[in-house]
Amino acid sequence: MTTVLEPPGWKDELTEELDETWHSPPGLREWISTVDHKRIGMRYFYLGMVFFIIGGIQSLLIRMQLAGPDLDLLSPESYNQLFTMHGITMMFLFAMPVLSGFGNYFVPLMIGARDMAFPRLNAFGFWVLLGAGIFMYSSFAMGQAPNDGWFNYLPLAGAEYTPGVNIDFYTLGLVFLGVSSTGGAINFIVTILKLRAPGMTLNRIPIFVWGELAMALQIVFALPALSLAAVLLTLERKFGFHFFDKTAGGDPLLWQHLFWIFGHPEVYIVALPGFGIASAIIPTWCRRPMVGYTYIVIGELAVALVGFGVWVHHMFAVGLSNITLSFISLASFMVVIPSGIQVFAWLATLVSGRPKLSSAMWFVLGFIMIFVIGGVTGPMLGAVVLNQALTDSYFVVAHLHYVLVGSAVFPIFGAVYHWGPKMTGRILDERLGKISFWLMFVGFNLAFFPQHLLGVFGMPRRIYTYEEGLGWDAYNLASTVGAFVLAVGILVTIVNWYRSKRKGPVAGNNPWNGETLEWYTSSPPPHYNFVTVPTIRSREPMWDQPELAGGAQAPSEGGRSLTGGHVTLSTSLLDARPQAIVHMPHASPWPFYFSVALTVLFFMILVELWYVAVLAGVASVMTMVGWYWPRHETQET
Amino acid sequence: MAAGTHEMTIAETGMPGEVLPEHGVGPRSFAWWGMVWLIATEATLFALLLASYFYLRFRSPHWPPEHIEAPELMLPLIMTAILWSSSIPVHIAEKGIEKGHQGKLRWGLALGWLLGAIFFVMTVAVEWPESLHHFTPRTNAYGSMFYTVTGFHLSHVLVGLSVSAFTQVRAWQGAFDEKKHVSVQNFAMYWHFVDIVWLFVLLSIYVSPHF
Amino acid sequence: MRTIRQPFVGALGANRRPRPVSATSARAAELMAGRRGTLRAISTRPGRSVLATAPALLLLAACSDDSPSVLRPRSEAAERVEGLWWLTFWTSVFVCVLVAAFIVQAVRRGRAAGAEEGIDKRPVPWGPRFIVIAGLVVSGAVLAGTFAVSLRALNALAGPSGDTALTIEVIGRNWWWEVRYPNGAVTANEIHIPVGQPVEVKLSTADVIHSFWVPQLNVKQDQVPGIDNRISLLADEPGRYRGQCAEFCGLQHAHMSMYVEAQPPAEFDQWLARQAAPAAVPTSSTASTGRDIFLRSSCAGCHAVRGTTAAGTLGPDLTHLASRETIGAGTLSMQRGPLTEFVRNAQDAKPGATMPLTELTPEELSAVVDYLMGLE
Repeated sequence: MTTVLEPPGWKDELTEELDETWHSPPGLREWISTVDHKRIGMRYFYLGMVFFIIGGIQSLLIRMQLAGPDLDLLSPESYNQLFTMHGITMMFLFAMPVLSGFGNYFVPLMIGARDMAFPRLNAFGFWVLLGAGIFMYSSFAMGQAPNDGWFNYLPLAGAEYTPGVNIDFYTLGLVFLGVSSTGGAINFIVTILKLRAPGMTLNRIPIFVWGELAMALQIVFALPALSLAAVLLTLERKFGFHFFDKTAGGDPLLWQHLFWIFGHPEVYIVALPGFGIASAIIPTWCRRPMVGYTYIVIGELAVALVGFGVWVHHMFAVGLSNITLSFISLASFMVVIPSGIQVFAWLATLVSGRPKLSSAMWFVLGFIMIFVIGGVTGPMLGAVVLNQALTDSYFVVAHLHYVLVGSAVFPIFGAVYHWGPKMTGRILDERLGKISFWLMFVGFNLAFFPQHLLGVFGMPRRIYTYEEGLGWDAYNLASTVGAFVLAVGILVTIVNWYRSKRKGPVAGNNPWNGETLEWYTSSPPPHYNFVTVPTIRSREPMWDQPELAGGAQAPSEGGRSLTGGHVTLSTSLLDARPQAIVHMPHASPWPFYFSVALTVLFFMILVELWYVAVLAGVASVMTMVGWYWPRHETQET
Repeated sequence: MAAGTHEMTIAETGMPGEVLPEHGVGPRSFAWWGMVWLIATEATLFALLLASYFYLRFRSPHWPPEHIEAPELMLPLIMTAILWSSSIPVHIAEKGIEKGHQGKLRWGLALGWLLGAIFFVMTVAVEWPESLHHFTPRTNAYGSMFYTVTGFHLSHVLVGLSVSAFTQVRAWQGAFDEKKHVSVQNFAMYWHFVDIVWLFVLLSIYVSPHF
Repeated sequence: MRTIRQPFVGALGANRRPRPVSATSARAAELMAGRRGTLRAISTRPGRSVLATAPALLLLAACSDDSPSVLRPRSEAAERVEGLWWLTFWTSVFVCVLVAAFIVQAVRRGRAAGAEEGIDKRPVPWGPRFIVIAGLVVSGAVLAGTFAVSLRALNALAGPSGDTALTIEVIGRNWWWEVRYPNGAVTANEIHIPVGQPVEVKLSTADVIHSFWVPQLNVKQDQVPGIDNRISLLADEPGRYRGQCAEFCGLQHAHMSMYVEAQPPAEFDQWLARQAAPAAVPTSSTASTGRDIFLRSSCAGCHAVRGTTAAGTLGPDLTHLASRETIGAGTLSMQRGPLTEFVRNAQDAKPGATMPLTELTPEELSAVVDYLMGLE
């Protein structure tokens, strides 16, 4: 510990200066123009949770329809739209946004930066998400929501068999969403590579940040497959091109390949941030550093990489050669290993630490159990012959919910309890937290475990009803009951969030004695995140660097106040040596205007009003010009 | 202040005795990395598109399908020469501004733009209309792929021409100098990328059907 | 192109040949009387009875024995699947119990530590070793072993076709199954096969992707435009096995099931000969009237009745409709009441099906149904 050389009151002086530099007057213009990563992160979180509730209601309707045989609560068309939108909503409008939301909020904090690398791109990503969500959901208003499943196979999804605009909402909506995800991913990669606080070498990067990096790298390389498939399908449906049409030299399997080349990495895109959240919660609540940090990091990166090689296992029943099947099966078995390694690292930390059983911790324990159950049915589906028996049945529905709800929903709820106080400044009620957890855990297992059996007993997926006497009735009923219990559990946390935001105990900087830098600053952090950007000397800086406890590392101890405007540091790739001072853009309304123009453009393409579409396109270009037009503060470019 | 230089090129960080530059170029600049990753995602898009082309091709008994000739090579080769030659002035422009040479920057970008525009016009006004006589995107998968692949590439050329125009406006306003020119670097990187993609398009779409 | 055939080696190594079925066995008699197969409580295969019995009883006791279940295999191929299932099931249970034990231990440590503060920074020397051994070595070995077993199963099921007694075509259509036999018999939604003889099914589709899945007889195979897929059906014993389309194909995907009826060879031959024969001539005057109405109205435009002028190909061949047990691809049973309702308005039972409302008066409807009920 170094002796502070600054005169007393230096912190207050700096705080005042920074408050003034970073102050932005409130108002509507400011609301649409903010580029503060924390506010954008919160918006992703709230919007994502709204879609979670909507997707949840869709699933309850589905479960009500399937509670018994031959029910007619929903027509087949409604059912098909509901299950399709449930999948799309949960994957694209809930999981990715909420996990990006936590990433947006916490990555800059955890690496000691004042914002993301591209703050306006960040804002743009949110506005596009909002636009794309509105775009896709307007399909319900037209009664023509996508209805051919979230993977939308051809020829069914072609113009001949689904002539309505349902699938155009799907293709255009996904291309639109892809813009948001890709921009966000590039932002995360550059931020994590170049904006880390000095001294945060690669092996001091928090595991959550590694998880976001792995996710972002996957998005960059996987999303083009989906965007390409969607563009090709749009060309085929709207303009009569031929890509998937066997009679004209196309091939329906091309769609399947392109979709799953995206679709399989997509599940890791969802899972890896979830793993990262668990890796943020475990050390804090076990009150010890993570055991096997290196293994976990390598595990995350290995999953991200190998995850690109297994997509064909979604196509095992299609009629491929033995050689192909064997290779992909082998790869699918292999990809289990890096995930398993992470699980064992967490378990080792849990049993060698002294876990405090808070709500956050319970959600992590629940995540591990549920994810492992999902993880063991994975190899079952990796075995080709067993896959060919069980694919497209409820067994897969069970498997996918165990791995996705396990690796995304439970960690998200853990994050709500663990990081909520940092975001709102108030601690959530622990009793309600535990009630929520147990309702969710029991409800989830009751809802989905029987579905494994349903698959084994021959129930295909995506059927709007089933006849009685097949032995499926009791399990379906149990599943429906479980879904409602799960829903109640979710509701408890939602209520808890709002109550605690207003009346919960004040959190302070570091209520849990956490080890990473988000706990270095106040709750919630000021606009500029930190009074001084600290020099990092450990993987658990809050535990090993006592000078951080006061909320500001003194300049003589390595703290950098960076007061010359909206500035942050650019540091080197491996060792995080300071390289430059970077001026960040101030608030700008252009990302908002651009996304409005794009939303109009996509709607016009959907309804084929080409002249207006061209105008919207021109408007989009103009808003881009407005965005990039240099201003004195965007001195970088 | 002379045109092309900027105030505050170094600043204090707040840590005693430490000053750092305020502009990065190349890997020290965020924007540079942003372009790198944008190129990565676009490269993946093209790779998948060409893979789709070969996938459909190798599942077809005849390629090109009957009644369609393999593409003629003369015109595409000329266009290739024009497109690739545009990278030279762009490169000169980039190297020029690294040394603060405004003239090389402005004229290099302008010439590069001109050559790129010629490529664009040749495609849209000569090459495509010629092919459309024989097959359209709606004829079959071969036609769809031909126009989609070349069209994707052409749209990237169009974006490049737009970015070049914007950059040239700023260059003529004196926005760049030897310390600050990452936008020029980014444009050059993007333009060379577009040229490299063209190599693969040329080989796949134009040359390989002859074999 | 892909063929899945029946294996000749059991999943756990026991060599087996398809057992000939004695027509006098009590079980066969039950089945021939049309009842569903009885619960197979104890497996007769040595070594597997222990593995399969207890959970089998548990799982099966909880449901009726009418499930088209992967765990009630009636063929070699399905037995392989079942074997692989139990192997992976028990491995999975073991892993989950192990992980749960760790979690319980963590909870206990948490409760014991109570409110002690302070961070424990001591390294965990067994940590890296544990992670590598559990996560890489042991997991890797288990996964490799499972993969090896699964590879053997794959090769057994998916080699080139062995001897085939019969090749039939099953064409998936929205939302029913067209079944064609080499002797000219054409039927729908019901496939008869001779017990103990391998039948190769050529799978194709007339429209979108469907998937042919009869869980008790084999794995599923998709019907994809342009791909020549085949699957083998070789039933061990007589019985009626339910199958269902297993690839989402639109509005009535839920109502696209079919039955595979395995019959003793002699019975099968009789059935096949009858199915190839032209339609029965109506024996009553109402049935005659019904036939005339059928032929002159839109019915004949979509449906074929061989031996008459009705030669439509949009809907199922109705030549021997009354010999089938279900209508509407497993949606309703083949009896006068449901048939009448279905003919009157198929949209009630299958909203969105291609068959429209028929505009027949009640008398006409009754006559047509009389005719159809006579098409044995």
